Amino acid sequence: MKIITMAHGSGGKLTEELIEGIFYKSFKNDLLLQANDSTLLSFIKGRLVATTDNFVVKPIFFRGGDIGKLSICGTVNDLLMSGARPLYITVGFIIEEGFEINQLEKIVESMAVTALKAKVKIVSGDTKVVERGSCDGVYINTTGIGVLERNIKLGGARAEVGDKIIINGSIGDHGASIFTQRGELEINSSLQSDCTLLNDLIAEILDNSNKVKVLRDPTRGGLATTLNEIAGQSKVSIKLKEEKLLIRDEVRSLCQITGFDPLFLANEGKVVVVVDNSESNRVLEVMRKNDLGREARVIGEVVEDDNNRVYLETSINGTRIVNALVGELLPRIC
Amino acid sequence: MKKVRKKIKIKGIVQGVGFRPFIYRLASKQNLVGWVNNNSQGVIIDIEGESEKISSFLSLINSKSPPLAKIDSIELREVPLKGYDNFSIKQSSTNTEDITLISSDIVTCLDCQEEVKNFNNHRYRYPFTNCTNCGPRYSIIEDLPYDRAVTTMKDFKMCDSCREEYEDPSSRRFHAQPNACPKCGPQLWLTDNLGSELAVKDPLKQAIKLLKQEKLLAIKGLGGFHLACDGKSDTAIKELRARKRRPDKPLAVMMRDREVVKKYCYLNSREEEILTGIRRPILLLKRKNNSLPANISVDNNYLGVMLPYTPLHELLFEEGLEILVMTSANLSGLPLEYRNQGSLDNLKEFADYFLLHDREIKTPVDDSVSRIILGQETLIRRGRGYAPLAIKFAGLKETLACGAELKNSFAIAKKGYLFLSQHLGNISKLESYQNYQEVIKHLKEIYQINPELIAYDLHPEYLTTKFAQSQGGQKVGVQHHHAHLVSCMVENEVSDRVIGLAFDGTGLGIDGRLWGGEFLLCDYTNFKRVGHLEYVKMPGGEQSIKEPWRMAISYLYEAYGDDIELFTELIDIDEERIKKIVKLIKADINSPQTSSMGRLFDAVGVLVALGKFITYEAQVAIKLEASVISNEVGEYDYQIKNNDGHYIVNTTSLIKSIVNDIKLGVNKGVIARKFHNTVIDFSVAICKLVRRDYKINSVALSGGVFQNKILLEGIYQQLIAQDFKVYFHKQIPSNDGGLAVGQLVIANYQKGAKNDVHSNTRKSD
Ligand SMILES: [Fe+3]
Ligand SMILES: [Mg+2]
Ligand SMILES: [Zn+2]
Ligand SMILES: [Zn+2]
Repeated sequence: MKIITMAHGSGGKLTEELIEGIFYKSFKNDLLLQANDSTLLSFIKGRLVATTDNFVVKPIFFRGGDIGKLSICGTVNDLLMSGARPLYITVGFIIEEGFEINQLEKIVESMAVTALKAKVKIVSGDTKVVERGSCDGVYINTTGIGVLERNIKLGGARAEVGDKIIINGSIGDHGASIFTQRGELEINSSLQSDCTLLNDLIAEILDNSNKVKVLRDPTRGGLATTLNEIAGQSKVSIKLKEEKLLIRDEVRSLCQITGFDPLFLANEGKVVVVVDNSESNRVLEVMRKNDLGREARVIGEVVEDDNNRVYLETSINGTRIVNALVGELLPRIC
Repeated sequence: MKKVRKKIKIKGIVQGVGFRPFIYRLASKQNLVGWVNNNSQGVIIDIEGESEKISSFLSLINSKSPPLAKIDSIELREVPLKGYDNFSIKQSSTNTEDITLISSDIVTCLDCQEEVKNFNNHRYRYPFTNCTNCGPRYSIIEDLPYDRAVTTMKDFKMCDSCREEYEDPSSRRFHAQPNACPKCGPQLWLTDNLGSELAVKDPLKQAIKLLKQEKLLAIKGLGGFHLACDGKSDTAIKELRARKRRPDKPLAVMMRDREVVKKYCYLNSREEEILTGIRRPILLLKRKNNSLPANISVDNNYLGVMLPYTPLHELLFEEGLEILVMTSANLSGLPLEYRNQGSLDNLKEFADYFLLHDREIKTPVDDSVSRIILGQETLIRRGRGYAPLAIKFAGLKETLACGAELKNSFAIAKKGYLFLSQHLGNISKLESYQNYQEVIKHLKEIYQINPELIAYDLHPEYLTTKFAQSQGGQKVGVQHHHAHLVSCMVENEVSDRVIGLAFDGTGLGIDGRLWGGEFLLCDYTNFKRVGHLEYVKMPGGEQSIKEPWRMAISYLYEAYGDDIELFTELIDIDEERIKKIVKLIKADINSPQTSSMGRLFDAVGVLVALGKFITYEAQVAIKLEASVISNEVGEYDYQIKNNDGHYIVNTTSLIKSIVNDIKLGVNKGVIARKFHNTVIDFSVAICKLVRRDYKINSVALSGGVFQNKILLEGIYQQLIAQDFKVYFHKQIPSNDGGLAVGQLVIANYQKGAKNDVHSNTRKSD
């Protein structure tokens, strides 16, 4: 079994082997192969969009993906949320001494495949090796650059009273799936992470409606956190209907046992669409034609209220105020 | 004879209780001249006449004041003679200098009851009959000074005969602000659950008929709606429980009269006094026999009973009904319904018919709940008849204390008084949170309070905490159990440091953990934690409160480690689920630590097989108290660890001995009794250790667990036997409903109020 050693990060021969033998092999493209200190990109016509993200996930390989796929999907999706076409990605690795090389190969291969699907080029990269115990396997940073070619304005501050809130399916799958696969509860679940690229779905939405106000991917912090951000930025409140939320049985039962709240669990292949009421049906139809949007649904709307809050209306228990989570969820019952 | 003139200012509950006509009659009798009026400071009298007669006038004010009046102070000032020629009642004037107390809503007086029953009286069977000695107050008041124009009666124009009574100083209805008769006052009508009015001549008689047909009725009363059905029909009760999604929680009942009560419940003289008094709470009474439907009160040998408190309620019993289930018309966690349209919108699935009236309720007030413990009335829920509570307390800044989240009530302070609001219930939902904000706004406006201090609980996720943070003024976070104990101290007028026992469900501690079995040394400013139950985990956080069997697992895990076989033997839950809960504990996943007494009661309740899940708060703990049937004096083992004067109760041997008893097949009631004895014993033992360490001899008892009569009486008696001075709650609930009082006083003391409370506090009722 070949493993990463400190020498792989020293800049010497082993580093070169790693770069040539693994990274260049999978990622190769004309831009990356310039192999200079920095990469000269092509002319881009239009406004540029940039985003960066660090990926830390345990387990590194999970049902529905791995850290590599996640690191490309996450950044590509972030670019998409501003309406941009993703173009380039840079990657940075921090690898723990002792990490298996064939695992690294798998991760890199998974990134290459995902990037190809997303039609983005990996144009620059870096690797550092840290001593055993200084990190947990491998961490990846990706930075994305895209171009905004559409004549639209999207943003968290654009939601208005009356707008509909649409999501392309169930919530909490990624968070719940990752949690169960850590094995602490020994739950046998076939639940998959929803980790996926949203390029086509977003393109179809934007091709068919120019009244979309906000696109957001509800990743870390879950749907609740994302909606609270929108409510705060737009100075509006959002009312969700509990019965409209799609929560898979596996997610539900995990939450029942642990006391977690699906509204706060991470998603990696979901998009929240805030759209003018007049075009909500059209957007919904378009989404449902795409495989990733077959379970799309209107889950709520933007309402008149100056508290900038998120409300969850239940059928029998009244309306819950869903706050953005700060710290731990402690029982409130006396 | 020497003539003098005096200006008199009377403070207390002196408005809306027939005080001015009383003064008028008194002055006329003594041939005194001058005038009386109301302002926001209280009642002002300007009186002139022979000095001896004025003296006797003054003494009669004190000795003969109307039944509902409560005089806090009388101020006198001699002024130059003016030469009035008669005595008159002047129009109310507004004066913002001082403060008037609001009267609670009061049960129908005997005179009014007579009139309603008298065929020849024009108020015969009139459901809204009232006078200065009875009727609605707090629930209809929009502003002060109390006057018809600022009540919800303002839209009813009095007929000539009502007007005459209202203006006649010798009438019982002189300035009775809600005065009304069938000709000019509020009316009843009956609708189906779609809001269409039923074409019936007598809506009341029809309502009774429907109740007898086992229908469910939403009935608008004094402070809100009840959901009612025949208390003798288990079919109707079953239906009501199903619709209200309330499978187990005991239902309150209204009984026709005390004879009916005596038929079904034990009633001692103190209980009878409270039951038939002017406040008419729901009183918890021990059930006599099993002749009532079992589903009225499932887990409990006590029944919550009240007597009719308005003519409307009296009249519901005129056709032979003996018992009505009268439960607040709201779903758990949502506010009490009190508006006609709102209730039609929100209750249409619960009630078949609606008995409505057009006297608007300004402020919803739930029925109060109380229980006699140690011969004292102890309030569990402070609502109708009791709210708002005014406590005289000098040196407080204008303050708002926001309360906790469940069983919420809030408190405000102004000009030497502290006011505790009515019970507002669970305010974790938007609807109840809005109601909370409305009531705060209303009381702030009535009393013209602009709080300098905002006191709130340390729990960051309580909506009351978020509300506090949105307010102007200086914010003061107060620890939950400190607030509990200070509220008990304030009620008992104790300000010197005490040993405080705060036993409740959970409240956030200053170490970020969930406290609830606490021994604190405290005064109005500070506290020091000198003891507590050993921490155990709450696997799944709030889930472990809803599923108390998890707490049993947690305690068993503490005592035995990972012994799944034993756990499955003791707790009738699927092995896989038990394993998962053990894993939550082991991996420390969403398993906060708690020292809660409530959770210990839950765990023991589960072990003796009194339930595994709950459908209402503290269900298993309540059943544990109810299951005590023996006079067993034995107790279980426990250890008190002394960490440098910090006493920690280790429950491992307690749990192990309970498990042994269970395995030996010892009767549940005996185990429950021995468990109570053990808690009493270690509580007293720690008090003695703390007394030795700090030379403090007073003990205050607070927190919701002290609603447990066996525990409160046991600890009280044992402490008294050890020569402790012991204070417990009576008028202020020991549960979170009383928390705001403590929050308010602590915030003031921490921010500089430095009054000698001993000489300054005095309760107003
Ligand atoms: Fe409490
Ligand atoms: Mg990002
Ligand atoms: Zn009366
Ligand atoms: Zn009249």
